[in-house]
Amino acid sequence: MSFLRIKTLLVAGFSLIAVLSVTNSFANENANEGVKEAAKKQEGSFNVTETILEHIKDDHSWHLWGDKSIHLPVILKTSKGFEVFSSEKLVDEHHEPVVYKGNFDYKLIEGKTKIVDASGNVDKEASKQLWDLSITKNVASLFVSVFILLVVLLSSAAAYKKTGVKTAPKGLQSFMEPIILFVRDEVAVPNIGAKKAGKYMPFLLTIFFLILTNNFLGLIPFFPGGANVSGNIAFTMTLAVCVFIVVNLSANKSYWEHIFWMPGMHWSMKLFLAPIELIGVFTKPISLMIRLFANITAGHILVLSLICLIFIFKTVFASAIAVPFAVFIGMIELLVAFLQAFIFTMLAAMYIGMATEEHHHEGHAEAAHH
Amino acid sequence: MLLEINPLVLPDIGLVFWNTIAFLVLLIVLGKFAWKPILKAINDRESGIEEALLKADKMKAEIATMQSENEALLAKAREERATLIKEAKEASDKMVAEAKEKAKLEYDKILTDAQLAITQQKNAALTEVKNQVGTLVIEVAEKVLRKELSNKADQESYIKQLADGVKLN
Repeated sequence: MSFLRIKTLLVAGFSLIAVLSVTNSFANENANEGVKEAAKKQEGSFNVTETILEHIKDDHSWHLWGDKSIHLPVILKTSKGFEVFSSEKLVDEHHEPVVYKGNFDYKLIEGKTKIVDASGNVDKEASKQLWDLSITKNVASLFVSVFILLVVLLSSAAAYKKTGVKTAPKGLQSFMEPIILFVRDEVAVPNIGAKKAGKYMPFLLTIFFLILTNNFLGLIPFFPGGANVSGNIAFTMTLAVCVFIVVNLSANKSYWEHIFWMPGMHWSMKLFLAPIELIGVFTKPISLMIRLFANITAGHILVLSLICLIFIFKTVFASAIAVPFAVFIGMIELLVAFLQAFIFTMLAAMYIGMATEEHHHEGHAEAAHH
Repeated sequence: MLLEINPLVLPDIGLVFWNTIAFLVLLIVLGKFAWKPILKAINDRESGIEEALLKADKMKAEIATMQSENEALLAKAREERATLIKEAKEASDKMVAEAKEKAKLEYDKILTDAQLAITQQKNAALTEVKNQVGTLVIEVAEKVLRKELSNKADQESYIKQLADGVKLN
């Protein structure tokens, strides 16, 4: 028991340190940003919205420290085929976008790669054919999280092979097992049912761990974190679409019957309910997408806004209020990081459960007669 | 377009593309090499624990029945011992009583025999004494009569005296 208490204390301590470093380095980053902004524009024209959006949006380079950053590769597919070049070529030494001449003339317009004509205007027709498959900061961070997940989970899976079934889990294995059991016993089994849950466990576990890892990586302000993957609508959309596909592929006959021709209702009610239920099929994954995106992004915006207070008031004393508040929000963010991963998986499991549920038609038929 | 109002809600095709690949890779690789063995191991362990618990319960019940059996056996043994002791005591008591009775009988017999012998001896002795006394009396009487009847007058007076004594009925 005492070991457990020490462990909890350690975790709490580390979380605190992590949160502190989050806010501190946000402050540093913002300081740099602030200096640049100040150099670029006139003194006092610090644009809070721009600064915050810059941190939340995707980027072609991954900032390390000071003026050092990794320039990630740009991969473009145009009507003339694939093209790969360093993102360094899209910006000048002042981080201002410049035209890069490849198969077309490319220029970053508000962070997005576009094809421009000779006079520097966006060529809309050609840009429509442009597929930007670049390894951006988010993609790179996603790969980092995939790498972490593979290493952690494959090594803990190997531990089961090594130590066998009968011995208690050790180390990393004992850290992962409660989380896996949590997903199985609190998420999958209550919503899908013990019989069918096993089939969906790999899907739910993968979603849960992918979101969780990216949420936590997003809270780390410096390399290899700092990217806002789980607060990006593309990431949440992809996962929501995966859930949508799995739910609808595993849906049984009675699920579709309950959507298009609700049993136990008057025919007019059935006609009325069908479009509503059909919309529900799509709103479920859309709500998943927006919930995760909005929660994570809102948390980041909150922390950044609090830090920006220092630059708005242009006094270091503002940090006396801004930093404690940012620490507080950062703590809540840690909770939200876990909570949102849990809620996403929980709702996915619930939708799968609804789609695979066996309904008892006797009850409905009886209700219809009365 | 409405979505282009805010760049935050405009999904990048690049991230969607890479994310799909990453997710599928994770799902396949982890599904095959992590989730499957881990879940199997956990299930195996759980069923193992359940089995062990069931077995323990069974053993407990077995031990309980064995204990009650033992107790019954013990009680039976105790009872047997008690009856054995009782029987032995009874037998010994009986033997003692018998021996006592026998001894008494013997004693009585010896006593009566002795008494008989004593009476016989006594009778024999008495008879002998009587005989002795008789002969002695006859001898004495002879001697006295010889002396007394040495003169004629005395003889006649004595006969007369004896004759007086005899009364004819």
